[in-house]
Amino acid sequence: MAKFNKKKKDMPAVNTASLPDIVFMLLFFFMVTTVMRSSDLKIETPVLPEATQVKKLENKSLVSYIYVGKSKTGRKGDQIQLNDKLVTSVKDVQNYILQKRASVHQSDINKLTTSIKADVGTEVGTIFDIKQELREINALKINYSTKRKSNKQ
Amino acid sequence: MSRRQIPEINAGSMADIAFLLLIFFLVTTTMDVDAGISRKLPEKPNPLEKPPIIKEKNILVLTLDKSGTILMEGDTYIDLKDVKPAAIKFLDNGGGKNAEKEDCTYCKGEKDPTSSDHPDKAVISLESARNTNYGAYIRVQDELVSAYNFLLDRSANELYGMSYADLKEKSEDDQLSDRKKESYKEKYKKVKGMYPMIISEAEPTKF
Repeated sequence: MAKFNKKKKDMPAVNTASLPDIVFMLLFFFMVTTVMRSSDLKIETPVLPEATQVKKLENKSLVSYIYVGKSKTGRKGDQIQLNDKLVTSVKDVQNYILQKRASVHQSDINKLTTSIKADVGTEVGTIFDIKQELREINALKINYSTKRKSNKQ
Repeated sequence: MSRRQIPEINAGSMADIAFLLLIFFLVTTTMDVDAGISRKLPEKPNPLEKPPIIKEKNILVLTLDKSGTILMEGDTYIDLKDVKPAAIKFLDNGGGKNAEKEDCTYCKGEKDPTSSDHPDKAVISLESARNTNYGAYIRVQDELVSAYNFLLDRSANELYGMSYADLKEKSEDDQLSDRKKESYKEKYKKVKGMYPMIISEAEPTKF
């Protein structure tokens, strides 16, 4: 009779009660690490230059981004984008940085960094104009955004 | 009334909902790390103050033109790969004394009196035409930074037997005791001060 009993025994179902917990854990991880891009790019996505000696930018909330690249609509020359607007004059950079300054705590003002994300095909002159504007308002910390290239040692 | 049981909420679909959210975040996540070459711009010149006079031998002039050719000191054309050795040779020369009248004891260069006096004084000036390609510009910048890093690394290795990057990491490591961290900070500062990075990004000139 023992034989019959054995046959009746079912495989125990895998307990899936902890599945939601696992999934939630993953979910929270991705929620925390996700950075939603705050602005749409109005210019063609810049192809960043490559460099080996790069430094990571820390404290992203203290970074203001300036995008420089070609226009999507075929307008001539290098276009500058701040937040989600294309600007016509490089002078607007000043206002952009001053606005950013007003939004952060006093003690963080000298930690503010400007990251220049410029396309490889940009003219250095455009970058230079931006740098002049930044100097004008004493926003001296800048970072030329680049891709990391593996060391060629 | 009190005996009536509250029906349990069926949590079977919880996993489905969580999965849906998970997939949404998975798709929207971009894990790009912002990195790049950091620079500090010079302050706006004060019109009342005269700019400091720098001896010509303490400046290494690199000129970058539209086609990406590099001209050194206005007379020799060099390749991109020769920028780093040239910069190291110039910075590490130590042919004279710094502002405090000290010799450069850690320099291993040729001590050529016609080249830079001291790393404290050595300035690299990168001039470029307005229509220079940004990619070429960054490549040269990268080579210059790597020249500085090479020298800093060498000094850190000689003095403390560890790389410059390790030293920097240790000086910011919160797991170390305060005293240890302070001592690493001191060392990091000392090495960093040996070769101060002075790169002048001169106004682009029309060619």
